[in-house]
Amino acid sequence: MTTVTNTSVPITARDQWRWRRIDLEKIVLWIVLGIGAIAMVGPFYWMFISSFKNRIEGSAIPPTWIPQNFTLENWGALTDLSVGSMPVFFRNSLYVTIVITFITLFTSSLAGYVFAKFEFRYKNVIFWFVLSMLVVPFSVTMIPLFDMVANWGWRNSYTALIVPILFSPFGIFLMRQQIANIPSELIDAARIDGASEYGIYFRIILPLSTAALAALAIFTFTFQWDNFLWPLIVLDKPELYTLPLGLAQFRGRSSIDLGLVSAASFVSVLPILVVYIFAQRRFIEGITLTGMK
Amino acid sequence: MATARKEAQVTNSFRRNQRFFVLSVIIPMLIFFGIFYIYPILAGFVGSLYNWRAFQDEASRVFIGLDNYLTLFRDTVFLASLRNTFLYAMMYMPTAIILSLACALAINASGRLAGFFRTVYFLPVVTSVIATALIWSVGLYQPRYGLFNQVAALFGLPQGAFLRSPSTAMLSIVIYSVWKNLGYDIVIFMAGLMAIPTTFYEAARVDGATRLQMFRYVTLPLLQPTLVFVIITGIIGSLQVYGPIYVMTVASGADLPGGPLNSTIVVAVYQWQVAFRELKLGYGSAMGIVLFLIILGITLLQSRFLRRRWEY
Repeated sequence: MTTVTNTSVPITARDQWRWRRIDLEKIVLWIVLGIGAIAMVGPFYWMFISSFKNRIEGSAIPPTWIPQNFTLENWGALTDLSVGSMPVFFRNSLYVTIVITFITLFTSSLAGYVFAKFEFRYKNVIFWFVLSMLVVPFSVTMIPLFDMVANWGWRNSYTALIVPILFSPFGIFLMRQQIANIPSELIDAARIDGASEYGIYFRIILPLSTAALAALAIFTFTFQWDNFLWPLIVLDKPELYTLPLGLAQFRGRSSIDLGLVSAASFVSVLPILVVYIFAQRRFIEGITLTGMK
Repeated sequence: MATARKEAQVTNSFRRNQRFFVLSVIIPMLIFFGIFYIYPILAGFVGSLYNWRAFQDEASRVFIGLDNYLTLFRDTVFLASLRNTFLYAMMYMPTAIILSLACALAINASGRLAGFFRTVYFLPVVTSVIATALIWSVGLYQPRYGLFNQVAALFGLPQGAFLRSPSTAMLSIVIYSVWKNLGYDIVIFMAGLMAIPTTFYEAARVDGATRLQMFRYVTLPLLQPTLVFVIITGIIGSLQVYGPIYVMTVASGADLPGGPLNSTIVVAVYQWQVAFRELKLGYGSAMGIVLFLIILGITLLQSRFLRRRWEY
């Protein structure tokens, strides 16, 4: 009954040649992409090694690819820059970014949940209104916001950085899309078991939307870590500067100290780089989740 | 009867709880958007009609109608910033799209190493604009001591002025921006490519299509929604470019962001200068509104021309 039928066509010399061609093609592809990869990573490598070079080696021709006179003087000098102290900028950035990220996760998931799972009057109008806030460019609202913040005496305070972004239209949209996938039966069952509405949010909605929350957290954190324009407008005391503001103080009048700039830049790149290396899949999934839909 | 009434009571209390919950979220949210979005939009529009300066007392604020807008189109720096903004977008967009699509196709075809390449190409996207712009400006583009010029000297090539010359400064910033953002578009394109059903390629193969034909008649049309997304977000982003120009020009020694000689000044940078250096808030607001109208116009135009024509 069971006759073993060999359906594969015998391998001819021509096919073998074809296979080899495909391999060769792949190798060429790898080499080309590899060169691109070097271009992508190169500036980071250059930043990293330059931070361990002294002034003389930093400007040496030909350039050295590995520090010959390894030194930590650039890293040591970071606490005492003419514009302030890198560790202070770092701490400021960390504080502001973490607070904003937590608030964004909370408000976005809460509002997203309401839009996804409740029926109420004018719901669609309100949701459309929130979405339309996405297309308003910052260049329109920036100047009046500055005026408001100045009138309220919020300049040179982190209130000015945090309060104007308590709710995020983008975050609300993202969370609504994701929470809509949670089965409503789960919510009804919890309600019948006597759970309060906030109890349902904390014990069912939040645990079941961790993937979207992670994507939003990564997005918000990297965005705020790098936020430049608004802090530049409302902060002008160096002790309050966040990392981007501190870095932007380097001014190249004559020849700028490459080692120092490299060390300072590396400090601001490092935290995200470390998280990226361990959770790169989440970053990339986050982009497809946040970008497309 | 009794159970029915009880049930009605329970559902009523459910309704009341839910209503309270919804209102406790929606009302603060609406108040927030009213204060931090709607009011500033209106205030920006109204303010653009006034001789509005920062830290000025209300009494000295004078209504000047459309004067700010009329001045705008006689302001040579503003016209230069408008030109530079479009120049940036026109250099950046085609380069970014062609390069990222090519990379996405190459990475997709690279088999085992695809994940690795995607991770590496995406790396600049996640890192700070300010830090990387600074490193490009000081470490790579710097005259004499920058890596590019050091390598050029090594091979006896002429030295490039990069950010220090008005003729190459914008191009240098565009190259940086392509490097910085390439990975984002690659990931979006790869997701788009993944969404194309393989049956289309199989059918094309059966019909004897060459690989170029498959790209032209299968990939490209089916990738159109992704392409539209990348183009729209890319153009909107380019028109508002700010951070890299500010940092790179200041760090390379220009007196004001947008230098040298205003060769890289874009609308967002000039608006910052006018509003927060010269404290002309009304004039700056007018600039913001013009930029908004341009962005809106381009978005509407694109969604008309690039409407999705295929469904699968």
